[in-house]
Amino acid sequence: MIVVIDYDIGNVKSVCNAFRHIGCQVKLSNSIKDIERASGLVLPGVAAYGYAVNALGDTAKVVKENAENGKPLLGICVGFQLLFEESCEHGRHKGLALIAGSVISLPKKKIVPHMGWNLVQFPENMQLFNNFENGRYFYFAHSYYADITDKEAEIAYTDYGFNLAAAVQKKNIFGTQFHPEKSGKQGLKVLGNFARIAERGF
Amino acid sequence: MLAKRIIPCLDVKDNRVVKGINFLNLRDAGDPVELGAGYSDQGADELVFLDITATIRSRKTIVELVQRVAENVFIPFTVGGGVQTIEHFDQLLRSGAEKISVNTAAVKNPQLLSEAAKRFGNQCVVLAIDARRSIKINNKWNVCIKAGSEPTDIDVVEWAKKAEQLGAGEILLTSMDADGTKEGYDNELNRAVTDAVNIPVIASGGAGTLEHLYDAIVKGNADAVLMASITHFQNYTIKQMKKYLKERGVPVNL
Repeated sequence: MIVVIDYDIGNVKSVCNAFRHIGCQVKLSNSIKDIERASGLVLPGVAAYGYAVNALGDTAKVVKENAENGKPLLGICVGFQLLFEESCEHGRHKGLALIAGSVISLPKKKIVPHMGWNLVQFPENMQLFNNFENGRYFYFAHSYYADITDKEAEIAYTDYGFNLAAAVQKKNIFGTQFHPEKSGKQGLKVLGNFARIAERGF
Repeated sequence: MLAKRIIPCLDVKDNRVVKGINFLNLRDAGDPVELGAGYSDQGADELVFLDITATIRSRKTIVELVQRVAENVFIPFTVGGGVQTIEHFDQLLRSGAEKISVNTAAVKNPQLLSEAAKRFGNQCVVLAIDARRSIKINNKWNVCIKAGSEPTDIDVVEWAKKAEQLGAGEILLTSMDADGTKEGYDNELNRAVTDAVNIPVIASGGAGTLEHLYDAIVKGNADAVLMASITHFQNYTIKQMKKYLKERGVPVNL
């Protein structure tokens, strides 16, 4: 069973709906027992970074431990940004530090937020994109982005005047800056790939 | 490259989608969930649901509607109409909306924009502006509130700039003069606002032909085009719109 971490932020339901739609068993919960038992964890996020960190509270430690012990974890949008060490959105905030890197504001040369459907290019071995043709559109909505410094991380990019990290994988830890639950059929396919990774174990 | 977005708008009254001309003479256009799911399947980039009654009673109905839409629609959708507080934002986002649009409440209490941005992130704060062309001064527009029924002295361009500073992440810009006429968007209005702000602007009001969409993007510099009449009554499919734009060199997710 996939557990979507329930913390006091917006739009956690959409992720659950999307998993259900593709026939996956999913539970919205923040109980330690459920997190321990889960085959995979999803950290969603429609919130400002600082708010999300506070709302996640002690659950952060449990999620981090489980991920460090090999449980597949998927962070989405702000949940993806939480995988890194810190963010400077409205002040400085510490993240889960599962992947080396920091979250910084998008350059104002282009329109901010980066909002809408953008083309994503990924390296071949990224498991979230199993059975994908390269260069697909996904839905983005964010004003900050991850500057990833981790040598072990595989990174998918989109072009927003520079190479912007669209998705990441470091062993069993996955993240998408875009919203797979809002990216139509392609997005559902990404969630399906994560569900399969969770099912068979990493 | 970021694709230009095609966004059908569903004005909701008593659980039905309706569409009027210049905000009046409403016609029934169908079931919101069915229409929404249909547009999602056809390749719409986003949806906007506006509760045009926006009463206390309709607030409950719209939350239920958002939940049903979210179970069936896997593209982003914005919900607006009668949103007044952070609690309303929270309730609608939790029900599955991606973004929330505010108009009247933001005019009366601009801090709502910054409070919402701080809590939910500015990407989900949409400022809806209903703009009416000034009769006295050329190329000047005033903000109207309360579903277009109450004109104000506020200048649209100034208000857009202020809203961006406060934390709005997007502007849904409706020309009340063009709305429902199918005679084209007000691209002078679109250009005036897109030149003034650095957040995405959705052009709304007046779409009647495929060329109108192209003009809003190229002449109006809009990041997205919103339409209702021409899709609800099956004049054009989403695919036709995207194909037309693509053939003319506009990046779209097709």
